[in-house]
Amino acid sequence: MTNLFNYIDRPSPIHSLTGATKFVCLMLWSFAAMSTYDTRMLIAMTVASIILFAVGRIHFKDVSFMFGFMVIFLVLNSICIYLFSPRHGTQIYGTCTLLFGMSGKYALTAEQLFYHFNYVLKFTATIPIVLLFVTTTNPSEFAASLNKIGVKYSIAYAVALALRYIPDIQRQYHEISQAGQARGIEMSKKASLINRLKAASGILIPLILTSMDRIEIISNAMELRGFGKNRKRTWYMARPFRAADHIAMVSCALLVAIALCLSVVNGGRYYNPFV
Amino acid sequence: MKKFGVKHIVATGIGAALFFVLGRFVAIPSGVPDTNISIQYGLLAFIAAVFGPIAGLLAGLIGHFFIDFSYGWGVWWSWVISSAIFGCVVGIFGSKLKIDEGEFDKKNIITFNIGQVVAHLAAWAVIAPILDIVMYGEPVNKVFVQGIVSALVNIVTTAVVGTLLCIAYSSAIPKKGSLKEED
Repeated sequence: MTNLFNYIDRPSPIHSLTGATKFVCLMLWSFAAMSTYDTRMLIAMTVASIILFAVGRIHFKDVSFMFGFMVIFLVLNSICIYLFSPRHGTQIYGTCTLLFGMSGKYALTAEQLFYHFNYVLKFTATIPIVLLFVTTTNPSEFAASLNKIGVKYSIAYAVALALRYIPDIQRQYHEISQAGQARGIEMSKKASLINRLKAASGILIPLILTSMDRIEIISNAMELRGFGKNRKRTWYMARPFRAADHIAMVSCALLVAIALCLSVVNGGRYYNPFV
Repeated sequence: MKKFGVKHIVATGIGAALFFVLGRFVAIPSGVPDTNISIQYGLLAFIAAVFGPIAGLLAGLIGHFFIDFSYGWGVWWSWVISSAIFGCVVGIFGSKLKIDEGEFDKKNIITFNIGQVVAHLAAWAVIAPILDIVMYGEPVNKVFVQGIVSALVNIVTTAVVGTLLCIAYSSAIPKKGSLKEED
């Protein structure tokens, strides 16, 4: 349970950035990668993210499991796209170059291949950054730092509360589920779909009722301590911004600017080598 | 609309934690390989109906973000945002209900279910596919088929799980005026 969020505590330049910085950078980076379909930019971002990965001292074996997930997901999604829209590339790039002399609806075109290549690149440009964020950000510090980037502290506190109570609720769910199974509630494939849903609800009801009591108790305790009285609050896990934080955020903002400029230069989101 | 007080903050946090646990560790096989039924939307609908649209929106946002965060396959923003919108829309419909005062009769069940159907369709069949197209440039027919299928599955799940939760919770609360002065 300790490793629920994959946080790896290992000193590195990336670890020493505050959680807020990393969150802002993650948002800017994913926004840049999402907004552009420029192949050159995506390749550059992929290379940069792999370098950053090394800077963060995260080894491939730390994330190989998650990486595997991602590959399966990408393959399935690519197949899905191809099945639904084998001429998507042609629609985007405007030309139709049939490959290997094939014909028919599912004939492979160079444009389609190029679109899939870009689609995969889009993920290789963002996933390492997400993995880096996940492995180098302490969740509690993340909640504390949300407040710093302008999120209202009541909302940041809700995030902190969620993190605090996830292990408790998980344990409680487990206990209730085992008690239910001991009484013969079937949740495996042997039961019909509706019965399975009913069985799940059977576990949920005690879980929710105790959670509602929990909400009552926690909010009473917080109110008694005067939560929400002042407009600001301090955080135990908060850290001050340093030069590196500012540099990281500015460079990620630049990435977004480049992505937007490129879409003006290319006359659209796609970089088109076919015309 | 109800005031967003300390209780709502706590409900958002606990709701997000419940959403996370149900979404991450509770897998009910649906029969289709590698596809699990997500009962967390039943829970989210319940939280939203009791605590209002803001709590629903934030619980969906935080809970879904942490699910993606803990899997580490990349935060799939289009679907995270859709979860948040689902919570918000159910919360808007639910603001007419008085589940926390122990009232949940047939009429309320219908209101609740209309709300969740509208919310699921808005979130999965409209918002999520549009965001997928805008963000990832995916083919239109693929994302809409995906979206409509998941909307339908989620509607059925929420209709069973969410309604049962609301009935159970409302019947556990003593109704207004249930106490009578002794003669």
